[in-house]
Amino acid sequence: MSENKLIISADKCVGCTKCVKQCPFAALEMDGKLAVVNDSCTFCGSCVDVCPTKAIILNRAEQKGVDLSAYAGVWVFGEQKNGKIQSVVLELINEGRKLADSLDEKLSVVVLGNDMDAACQELLEYSVDYVLQIDAPELADYAAEPYAKVLSDIVSKRKPSIILAGATSIGRSFLARVAVEVKAGLTADCTGLEICEKMLHQTRPAFGGNIMATILTPNHRPQMATVRHKVFKEATKNGGCGGKIEKIAVDDNKLLTSRTKRIEFITDNETTINIAEADIIVSGGRGMGKPENFALLEELANALGGAVGASRAAVDSGWIPYSHQVGQTGKTVGPKLYIACGISGAIQHMVGMNSSDTIIAINKDPDAPIFEIASFGIVGDVFEVVPELIKAIKNK
Amino acid sequence: MALNIVVCMKQVPDTTEVRINPETNTLIRDGVDSIINPFDTYAIEEAVRLCERVEGSKTTILSMGPPQVESSLKDALSVGADEVVLLSDREFAGADTWATSYTLAAAMKKLKPDLIITGKQAIDGDTAQVGPGIAVHLDMPQVCYVSKIREINDEVAIVERLLEDGHEVVEVKLPAVLTVVKEINEPRLPSLKGKMKAKKTAVTVWTNDDLDTDPECLGLTGSPTQVSKIFSPPKRGGGEMIDGENAQEKAETVVAKLKELQVI
Repeated sequence: MSENKLIISADKCVGCTKCVKQCPFAALEMDGKLAVVNDSCTFCGSCVDVCPTKAIILNRAEQKGVDLSAYAGVWVFGEQKNGKIQSVVLELINEGRKLADSLDEKLSVVVLGNDMDAACQELLEYSVDYVLQIDAPELADYAAEPYAKVLSDIVSKRKPSIILAGATSIGRSFLARVAVEVKAGLTADCTGLEICEKMLHQTRPAFGGNIMATILTPNHRPQMATVRHKVFKEATKNGGCGGKIEKIAVDDNKLLTSRTKRIEFITDNETTINIAEADIIVSGGRGMGKPENFALLEELANALGGAVGASRAAVDSGWIPYSHQVGQTGKTVGPKLYIACGISGAIQHMVGMNSSDTIIAINKDPDAPIFEIASFGIVGDVFEVVPELIKAIKNK
Repeated sequence: MALNIVVCMKQVPDTTEVRINPETNTLIRDGVDSIINPFDTYAIEEAVRLCERVEGSKTTILSMGPPQVESSLKDALSVGADEVVLLSDREFAGADTWATSYTLAAAMKKLKPDLIITGKQAIDGDTAQVGPGIAVHLDMPQVCYVSKIREINDEVAIVERLLEDGHEVVEVKLPAVLTVVKEINEPRLPSLKGKMKAKKTAVTVWTNDDLDTDPECLGLTGSPTQVSKIFSPPKRGGGEMIDGENAQEKAETVVAKLKELQVI
């Protein structure tokens, strides 16, 4: 087997340091006037492109892959909870349809559950070629092992070229198992998908949203991606395209065994609306001062039909439960409208909400960083502005 | 009963400081520190707490990366870890989540844990894929997004996991992989005793020669995914500051604008 190697030609290197600045992994250093590579190199190749004198050569070891031509079809994981298909699935159908069309392949939705006849029938009202329905009592609620084993088994037999799932708690933990089982490439939390030369180009935020990366799976199939919720538009019912339901029986009971068992499910009463699903979010930060003041934000959220979010500062102060936290260590949201109240705008918070369509910031401090990304900024006291907002909205 | 716990830890750049220079389109890394992945600090804390709860238990921290990761492993020792192991070899470089979980799993086969704990994801890659990947390579069950370990004995753990709409209570057979969320605990600060121990305890370094691996599955060669390019996200410019005599006027102006934009 050949070895991965990054070679920097001492003759050609002019010591311009461009590669050192480009390297995302701090793997290049200057040794006098010469760039040298250290142990952190991941052979990503981003230095090769920036070198003006072509002094850097990347030798990638040959990769044993699979016969790519044996794989065809775009699959969408039809995530369901309590028998209800989740809205992210409709977003994936919309995006998956485009990918399938540009590849001239079929689009299938794979539904794992129990007694899913009605839900599967309804999926045919969208532009879907096939619904693969796998019913078993063991699959009624998500369980990592049987879900992963059953899907891996079908993937190995039917060989789709692309599999998409929502980047939800279930989608992320489940596809990660499938990808390892079938030795496929999996890219997490994608915000952009595109076909170029028959290959899926997957774009996703990395380094806390400060950098975007485009990821490919050159030699393995299927190409798997979890896709961020609310990035793509939902498909609309258009009477379908003459799609068919195919029921697949699980004939090997071993696939259905699980070493985890659901004991109970405790619905979070505090969160009447899941913030990741909400179209409008009213968030409070340190400036809210105390837990009682979140009632004001709830009132505003109710007037708008939205949900209440919070910054880490508010959650860490114990004013509101963690499930409301927006930001790097909380949830990433992308609502149509985000109203930040008394939130100064730490970068950790902003990476969790800066893809919102419209952002309103209300803060006493005119220099608060949140104003740099706000569509509309109001300098003022939250406790004066928010009640006026509620009034104005009710009067509209 | 005593638990042999292994925590997978990643050293990450303090990502909030990583930026691309918009003029040159290059990364600005000056002054960017390396830290323990914040989610892994909750994993370490939970393991240490379990060791305090269950006598005779042991926490080993396992990490993979270049030699400079040793500094983070020392930090883990200072908050209560018993042993630390670093997987460091040129062969491991360039690994994606598939190859990373494969390599970590190979080390797990030597460490023989009853319980593996990791943070829910790392803040540089944000994939949340390595924990489940390790579980599959070792044929173990997993529970992701754990917010509480209610009970644990030799055979099973009963844990709560955080989902979008509530908490699921799950019983899982051991050995198993748990990935934890921030809600699970509040990590302690290093104690003086811990710092002393960190100084005295050597980092065990394993290279590929110490593991039983297939070279085709390591590093970049073993990685199905490859980074094709990196770039700066489109910058979100600041918008309009709303003027007005008082709060009422400002509120009315902004609501009018939202109506105009058909946001509400």
